[in-house]
Amino acid sequence: MRLINIKPGRPLAVFLALLPFAAVFIAYAIGSEIRLAANPSDKLLPAPSTIGETAWRLMTEPDRRSGRVLFWHDTWASLKRLGLGIGISALIGLVVGLLIGLLPVVRSFMAQFVAVLSMIPPLALLPILFIIFGLGELSKVVLIVVGTLPFIIRDLSQRVLEVPQELLVKAQTLGASTWVIAIRVALPQVMPRLIQAVRLSLGPAWLFLIAAEAIASDLGLGYRIFLVRRFLAMDVILTYVIWITILAFLMDWLLRWTSRRFFPWAEDGL
Amino acid sequence: MSFVAVTDVFQSYGQRPIIERINVAVDEGEFISIVGASGCGKSTFLRLLLAQERPLRGEIRIDGAPPAQEPGLERGIVFQRYSVFPHMTVRENVVAGECFRKPWGRFFGAERKAARARADETLDRCGLDHVAEQYPATLSGGMQQRLAIGQALAAKPRILLLDEPFGALDPGTRLSMHEFLQDLRTETGMTVFMVTHDLEEAFKLGDRVLVFDKPRWDPHDPNAYGATITYDFDARDGGIPFQRLRETGMTIAEGL
Repeated sequence: MRLINIKPGRPLAVFLALLPFAAVFIAYAIGSEIRLAANPSDKLLPAPSTIGETAWRLMTEPDRRSGRVLFWHDTWASLKRLGLGIGISALIGLVVGLLIGLLPVVRSFMAQFVAVLSMIPPLALLPILFIIFGLGELSKVVLIVVGTLPFIIRDLSQRVLEVPQELLVKAQTLGASTWVIAIRVALPQVMPRLIQAVRLSLGPAWLFLIAAEAIASDLGLGYRIFLVRRFLAMDVILTYVIWITILAFLMDWLLRWTSRRFFPWAEDGL
Repeated sequence: MSFVAVTDVFQSYGQRPIIERINVAVDEGEFISIVGASGCGKSTFLRLLLAQERPLRGEIRIDGAPPAQEPGLERGIVFQRYSVFPHMTVRENVVAGECFRKPWGRFFGAERKAARARADETLDRCGLDHVAEQYPATLSGGMQQRLAIGQALAAKPRILLLDEPFGALDPGTRLSMHEFLQDLRTETGMTVFMVTHDLEEAFKLGDRVLVFDKPRWDPHDPNAYGATITYDFDARDGGIPFQRLRETGMTIAEGL
């Protein structure tokens, strides 16, 4: 039988899906074991049990100086920045994408400009953002917006252009104005694509968030990781990295669920 | 004055003429079939009728009104594909035929209820009442085309344009679609233009069959000349117009 025709059954599929996770965990545990056997105070690869204890301590015990559980404050601060940045990006991206996709005049006016803008490496702009917007929340949110917006605009305007011409003509023969075509035909058709674009943008958004937090901040997941790096506190860093991964995965899952739930007609392609 | 008047229409894309010297007059309620080989401007002619394109020369008037600049309410269209909105349920698609002309593209309150009731009647007539809540993607090709026709008619256009509406359907479904279309026609008395590849279909459904072809042909440059209407058949009574001729003859004889 050809390899392309061999499909795993349900139990095997679950086993195969879990296998790499287990493999990484076991490899880490063995590596940690070897290092700790040689030097019990080794900080580089803390034992999984140590990470578990540290995680529990971080999530429950308040900070001695401020009396706050920093873990949750870090999480909240980062999620707020990320949510704001991505939300603003999605909103502007949707409006501009629709305008570029639907109106030839706006397309001639803006499409090339956005294409050029999207070539600017956002991190190169970070110093400028710090200079203009200060070191506070604003510059971090703006970095996420600057980093993700051009992609969302380009993706959405392309999706609007891909709406079959027949549908636009059909809507016109039903007496629809440009406005009605925008809100009743183009908008609902690109909404699932917007969610898709946001899902793809989440990776870069996290990157920009952590970069901005690492450079200038006093709270946030990225800030904490780069702070404890000085003490070689690998258990804290690993806890935060795992936590960020879980958060990112949950967001992605939530967006996919939203798309399935509210746009069932767009089932394929998601 | 005929209902649809096409006067001396030329169209070309770039240097390449597509159709030339189209002159045709159509009365209200006529069913016009348009046939011809591929690349003979049938679809271009339909787009011109639809006002999706404007002709290079000449003009198309409906009921004496000035030539349209863009597609609008007076012209309904059914394409071979992509004729219904995939993001709306079957019922919403029919309601869209009435509510897209509103400022917000939808009805509110009592108006909405009434429109839904009317849509359900339309769906009943199209044999789609049992799938009203479903999305078009779950429907078969024939059902989608019935929905597309129902939606176009819900907007009450002056003329209905069909661009190979049954081209992608299997022969059995095609036959039932013919019946469906003929029933609708007797009911509404709509003026219809239908582009088709199927000669039998053209003669079966049409009152007139227009044949598009290139009257001049340069073997060294096949694209040098455009197509025009080369035949205008009377397709009533199964394409045997002499039945009428004899009747007319009788009348004349009696008059004498």
